[in-house]
Amino acid sequence: MSESPAPRPSRPLPPVAIVIGVLFFFGLLGLMIYGVMKSGDPQRDVLPSALIDKPAPAFALPVLHDPSMTVRSEELRGAPYLLNVWGSWCAACREEHPVLTRFAESKRVIGYNWKDEPADALHWLETLGNPFMVVLSDVEGRTAIDWGVTAAPETFLVDGSGIVRWKYSGAMTQQVVDEKLIPALQKIEKAQGNADAGLHGNP
Amino acid sequence: MPMPACTAIRNAGRGLLLALLMAAALPALAQQPLHDPRPLAFRDAAEESRFHDLAAQLRCVQCQNQSLADSNAQIAQDLRREVLQLMQQGHDDAQIKQFLVARYGEFVLYQPPLQPGTWLLWGGPLLLLGAGGLVVLGIVRRRGRNVAPAPAGNTDEGDGW
Repeated sequence: MSESPAPRPSRPLPPVAIVIGVLFFFGLLGLMIYGVMKSGDPQRDVLPSALIDKPAPAFALPVLHDPSMTVRSEELRGAPYLLNVWGSWCAACREEHPVLTRFAESKRVIGYNWKDEPADALHWLETLGNPFMVVLSDVEGRTAIDWGVTAAPETFLVDGSGIVRWKYSGAMTQQVVDEKLIPALQKIEKAQGNADAGLHGNP
Repeated sequence: MPMPACTAIRNAGRGLLLALLMAAALPALAQQPLHDPRPLAFRDAAEESRFHDLAAQLRCVQCQNQSLADSNAQIAQDLRREVLQLMQQGHDDAQIKQFLVARYGEFVLYQPPLQPGTWLLWGGPLLLLGAGGLVVLGIVRRRGRNVAPAPAGNTDEGDGW
């Protein structure tokens, strides 16, 4: 800014102007490098969820395998659960499937089948295997709007009292599970443990 | 990963390649979720124009460089339907915006509210203008001091403005 005008070529620039100019240049260079580095990141455009640390939206959805049964959000309280948004039309969900299957061996994972043909969804689960404790079917996709879903797959971690604690957009990898999901889950379990201890400690 | 509809718009070359690969590898896999083909049903022209005004002020949550009115992403279609439904239930524009902000965050608003978290966003340009003004003021003052010994008439002609 200040070094560019140079109205009188005969006059040398003051040192302060040179320092500011150099800082400005390196600032821009840094911004450019940051931008280029970030351009390869699949999480680049992901918006932060508005639901973190807020109560999970209430829902009542039919079970994919038995539409006469309905699951309500209140019925899932008591222990943390993972809600995975997927569809048989979603290629990245297929990518994520083995990772989710491994995680689901020891934890509660609820499937939320979003805007899908139930027959296609059932076929998908039959072919690849069903990692979900229960799959909820939402052909209309109204519940997804309440959850702020933009694209599948998306995964929410909800704690035992029904508060959303963590969210991931896009296909989870084993690395995401190990480095983000498991620590988030441990934090919930620790908080739960403290609350229980407090409850039992005070007669 | 965003849905291919969006990728293709943003990155035409890669999108096309991706689409071709997918078409070759997974012929049975439809890449779009189920959608409701019925067009939006407006009750009258006033409602339609209000709807379009509102949708132009909202950002598509998936194709983030498009407004809700312009985007063809599946979720944008669902959200347009939802917005129209809320309008027909008698909610005003502010309530509808609040509905979306509660679910998708302030990012959906093209014009974010003035609040502690956004003061830099709103005040940044003014701040830069002020800083530039100070720099110019400094230069002018310094030059005025240097040129002062010369006759006053000369400085005026030299500056030109």
